[in-house]
Amino acid sequence: MSKLTYIAGRLVRTLMLTVAVVLLSFFLIRLAPGDAATVMAGQSGYADETFIKSLRLEYGLDRPLPVQLWKYGAAVARGDLGLSYERRQPVLDVVLDRLPNTLLLDGFALVVALAGGLTLGAFAARRPGSAGDAGVTTLAMLFYAVPQFWLGMMAVLVFSVWLNWLPPFGLESIGADHKGLLRAADIAQHMLLPGMTLALYYMAGYARLTRAQMIEIAEQDFVKTARAKGLSERQVMRRHIRRNALIPIITYAGLQASILVGGTVLVENVFSWPGIGTLAYEAVTARDNPLLLGIFIVTSVLVGFFNLLTDIAYTLADPRMELGA
Amino acid sequence: MLGAMAGAPFLSLPAMARGNILNAMMPAEPGTLCYPLLNTRLVQQICGNIQESLLLLDWNFKPQPNLARSYTITPDGLAYVFQLQPDVRWHDGHPFTARDVVFSCDQMLRQLNPRSRNAFNNCQSIRALDKLTVEFRLKQPFNAFLLSLMASNAPIMPAHIYEGSDYRSNPHNFSPIGTGPFKFARWERGQYIRLTRNPDYWRPGFPKIDDIYFRICPTPEQRMVAMETGAVDIALADDIDTVVSSRLRANPHIVASTHGYEGVGEIAVLEMNQRRWPFSDRRFRQAFMHALDRDFIVKAINFGQGKVASGPIPSAAPYYDGQAVSRYPYDPNRARALLDEMGLKPGAGGVRHRFSFLMIPDGDGIQTRGAQYVRQAASEVGLDIELQSSDWASFAHRTGNWDFDMDNNSYGEYGDPAIGTARFFVSSNIRKGVPQSNIQGYRNREVDALFARAATAIAPREAQEIYSRLQQILTRDVAMLWLFERDPMLYYNRRVHDLVTGPNGPTDGFGHTWLSGAA
Repeated sequence: MSKLTYIAGRLVRTLMLTVAVVLLSFFLIRLAPGDAATVMAGQSGYADETFIKSLRLEYGLDRPLPVQLWKYGAAVARGDLGLSYERRQPVLDVVLDRLPNTLLLDGFALVVALAGGLTLGAFAARRPGSAGDAGVTTLAMLFYAVPQFWLGMMAVLVFSVWLNWLPPFGLESIGADHKGLLRAADIAQHMLLPGMTLALYYMAGYARLTRAQMIEIAEQDFVKTARAKGLSERQVMRRHIRRNALIPIITYAGLQASILVGGTVLVENVFSWPGIGTLAYEAVTARDNPLLLGIFIVTSVLVGFFNLLTDIAYTLADPRMELGA
Repeated sequence: MLGAMAGAPFLSLPAMARGNILNAMMPAEPGTLCYPLLNTRLVQQICGNIQESLLLLDWNFKPQPNLARSYTITPDGLAYVFQLQPDVRWHDGHPFTARDVVFSCDQMLRQLNPRSRNAFNNCQSIRALDKLTVEFRLKQPFNAFLLSLMASNAPIMPAHIYEGSDYRSNPHNFSPIGTGPFKFARWERGQYIRLTRNPDYWRPGFPKIDDIYFRICPTPEQRMVAMETGAVDIALADDIDTVVSSRLRANPHIVASTHGYEGVGEIAVLEMNQRRWPFSDRRFRQAFMHALDRDFIVKAINFGQGKVASGPIPSAAPYYDGQAVSRYPYDPNRARALLDEMGLKPGAGGVRHRFSFLMIPDGDGIQTRGAQYVRQAASEVGLDIELQSSDWASFAHRTGNWDFDMDNNSYGEYGDPAIGTARFFVSSNIRKGVPQSNIQGYRNREVDALFARAATAIAPREAQEIYSRLQQILTRDVAMLWLFERDPMLYYNRRVHDLVTGPNGPTDGFGHTWLSGAA
């Protein structure tokens, strides 16, 4: 199978995954009682039949379910993800408006987690059972076990409330109207708490995985052979141990990227980060079905894309592996 | 993490705009800023700065001039004529005239907003007598009519923007135009809404602040931190959980006030589906009232905010009659006796009856904690309650379709029982599929007739007599289980002054607010 055929196959699978997600979500959402019209009626505190009927008519909720699905599917096929019930804006615009914020936060968390986790894991694996190893393992266990939302709240308490070092939430300073580098620095400062809260959990995973892989590979016959051939310890580590340990780490990174892009609902909410996670939460509570389905479609496509990237990364880490082989 | 943050102070930048700027918060992002389209408290608090009403309420609930500088009422109570303020302009420079009032009240509000529709359906005609005079002619006297013209009921909208357009898709729903002290400036999705000073405001010398930022703070913890760190200046009703209110009250930089929501007159209640037995039996409802220590609810669960409610009309509102109401003090023995009298004897495990309690979604707020107490108190008299959680859609759907045994809720009286209270008790408002109506199915012909008479009584004394009788009947029947009068707390930084100037509080906007130490 050629690389092009493989990539085409991947795209078809992503498309099928997206259709399945949309179909499942479309019906699952509707299993719960109530709809967007009842939410608005309930929250406005004063409603009548005219109010509810006019909303249902506007949203097309008065039509039979198959008709709603058919109309929605036809619109999506044309590239139209519909209008958000609550925001009355095109869904694609709303999602694409928030997506960069999620990608920025997740990208930061992924890079920090990978860099920190690989370094700590490799450090711990050098002398298993040493004090350094025990320290890394304990910290990794701690950050792996602690719930992210709790860690986030504690971080706010310490670094924002007590020390007043960092802003407690948000994307940037409101009303400051910073431009250029100053704005970038401002956003970076706001990103530090949510980014580190996310990163520490995954960093702990990478550290544990890297340590375990390196210790296991170090005992393999080919490593002993390499040493017997007279290669230096540095060469053995770089060429034989680290490279072979990378494959499961790439798999884990691919999984992490897929999970993160779906929106880290808890962390984004704790830090009021205007990303896909907070948007999905708002869409669920408002029963904004087109928005929720739009989020699923965009994130499904991105998950497919990250899976492809993961496959490509395998071939870079291990030249014996080929796309489509 | 510590290492990564060690350099943070060197990057230090202001988290929020300061100076002559008011930083407020909102617990969620509104879907629209079209006031008539979505008349929630959140939209009221933002749009109350942009759009204005014809009248305002003073602290004595007396109507005061606003966009209308004066008014006259004919002796038969059938015609209300308003003289409008001259030289008022919309934020886009267009002159404000009687046409805007007629369009708003006769078309846009009546078409879009159920609360306004309820008021303006009393009108036979609404017409402009000249450029600055409007006449509302009623079908029959309606003594709460002036109160219907407050901002939360009747924000005046620009005819030149909306007339002839599809109201729901009008682009100005996201960049509203008003006559108010503040103009819409920017909506940064997911982050904040910014309003800026209207330099051409018709009231000379106002507003006194330059900008207002409404920042999204979705979680209670964020809102608390935002107040404590000074990131925001004000927290409006329900922004701060009562559990942590003592921390804010002890903060020397923060003022806590209970003034500003008297115009709403909100009462927390339990609603029972009176189509079902034993809720249909008045003795059961009376027994349930005796089983509840409502003083405990106020003091321990709501941390002293509010007071025990004695009936359908808040004790600070017009027409309240403390002599007319039947009272139900905490008395579990009396509750047991009433249940025995009904034939609800203790069975296996001492349980007399099992039923469900649909909880209104409020996170882990006062309503949820109150529900947990109610369950505990009911078990003391042999009633076994299953608590059911829900989200807004499920709650509104199930209550609207009468699919519940008991729920917790609250309602606002809005200055007059004819506006906010009658709708929960008159049988004409038993409408399946409509939440926040008479979902209990309470029916009493005398009550129906009295509410109709009370709203049309021209003499205040006559109206008072009718409302006293109504309070007598409704509390005798325990037509609803009134728990406590809510007293939402406003918190604000000490640099903020004149935050609220009337019983409608933040709904009337921050046109009079000023900041000490502002540049």
